[in-house]
Amino acid sequence: MIETAVTIILLLLLGAVTIGIVRVRGLFAAVVLLGIYSLLMATLFIVLDAVDVAMTEAAVGAGVSTVFFLGALSLTDTVEASAKRPQIMPVVVALVTAGALLWGLSDLPEFGSPNQPIHSQGADYLARSIPETGIANVVSAVLASYRSFDTLGETTVVFTAGIGILALLRRRRGEGKS
Amino acid sequence: MIAHFSQIATVFLMVAGLYVVIARGNLIKKLIGLSLFQTSVYLLYILPGKVLGGTAPILDAGYSVYANPLPHVLILTAIVVGIATLALGLTLVVRIKEAYGTIEEDEIFAKDGPRAKVDPKVSKASVSPLNKTGRGGKSA
Repeated sequence: MIETAVTIILLLLLGAVTIGIVRVRGLFAAVVLLGIYSLLMATLFIVLDAVDVAMTEAAVGAGVSTVFFLGALSLTDTVEASAKRPQIMPVVVALVTAGALLWGLSDLPEFGSPNQPIHSQGADYLARSIPETGIANVVSAVLASYRSFDTLGETTVVFTAGIGILALLRRRRGEGKS
Repeated sequence: MIAHFSQIATVFLMVAGLYVVIARGNLIKKLIGLSLFQTSVYLLYILPGKVLGGTAPILDAGYSVYANPLPHVLILTAIVVGIATLALGLTLVVRIKEAYGTIEEDEIFAKDGPRAKVDPKVSKASVSPLNKTGRGGKSA
C-alpha cells in the first residue's frame, strides 16, 4: 500500500502548489511554481510506473517550458494587474465542469486494480514486443514501431509550430529569442 | 472514496487550470493555466495504466506484472505537442506586447475595442496598432 500512500501525498502536494499558482499575483512566482508542479508530476509518474513519461515531463515540462516562460517574461511584464472586481462566471463554469467530470469519472474502475478493462482489451503489446520487435522497453517499441505514424504527426506539429514562431519573430529587429 | 481519490484530485487540478484560463486577464497567466490543465490531462491518462504491485513496462524475466504501455506512448506524444503549442502561444504574447504595449486582456480590448464596435467591416482597425509602433509591414 506504500504506492497508494505516496500517490496520495504527491497529489496533495500538487493540490497545494496549484492553489499557490491560482492565488499568486507575481508572474515570476507563478512560473517557478509551475516548474515545481511539473517536477512533482514527474515524480508522480515514476510512482505510477510511467518512467519514460516522467523523464520527458521533467525535461520538457519542468525544464524547457520554464525556460520559455522566463524568456517570455523577460520580454514582457512580470507583474499581473490586480483584479478589478470579483468575477462569478469563471467560478460557475469551473464548478459545472468539475461536476460533469466527477459524474463521468464515478463509473471508472478502481485505481491500480489489475481487473481494469484497459489491461485486458486492445493489442497486447507486452506479449508482442519481444517476438515481433526484439525491444525490451515496450514504450519504445510501441512508439517507434507500432505507432510510428503518431510520431510522424507529432514531428509535423512541432515543425509547423517552429515555422509559426519564426514567422512571428522575424518581424522583430534584434535577437530572435522566444 | 480512497480508491477514487486520485481521480478526484486530478479533476481538481484540471478545474483549477480551467479557472485560471477563464478568470485571469493576463495572457501569460492564461498560458500558465493552460499548462496546468494540460499536465493534469496527462495524469488522467497515466492513472488507469498503473497496476498496484507492478513495475515499469520494461520486460525482464524477474517481473510478471507491468503497467500498460499504451497511455505512456500517447502522453509522450502529447507532451511534445504541448510544448510546441506553448512556445507558439508565448511568441504570440511577445508580439502582442510589442504591438499593444500590454499583455492584460482588458487593456488590449480597450485599445482596439471601440473602433471595432463602430464599424466591424474595417478589419484593418485591429492591425493599425502594429503600424503605429513602426514594426508592422515588412521586416527590416
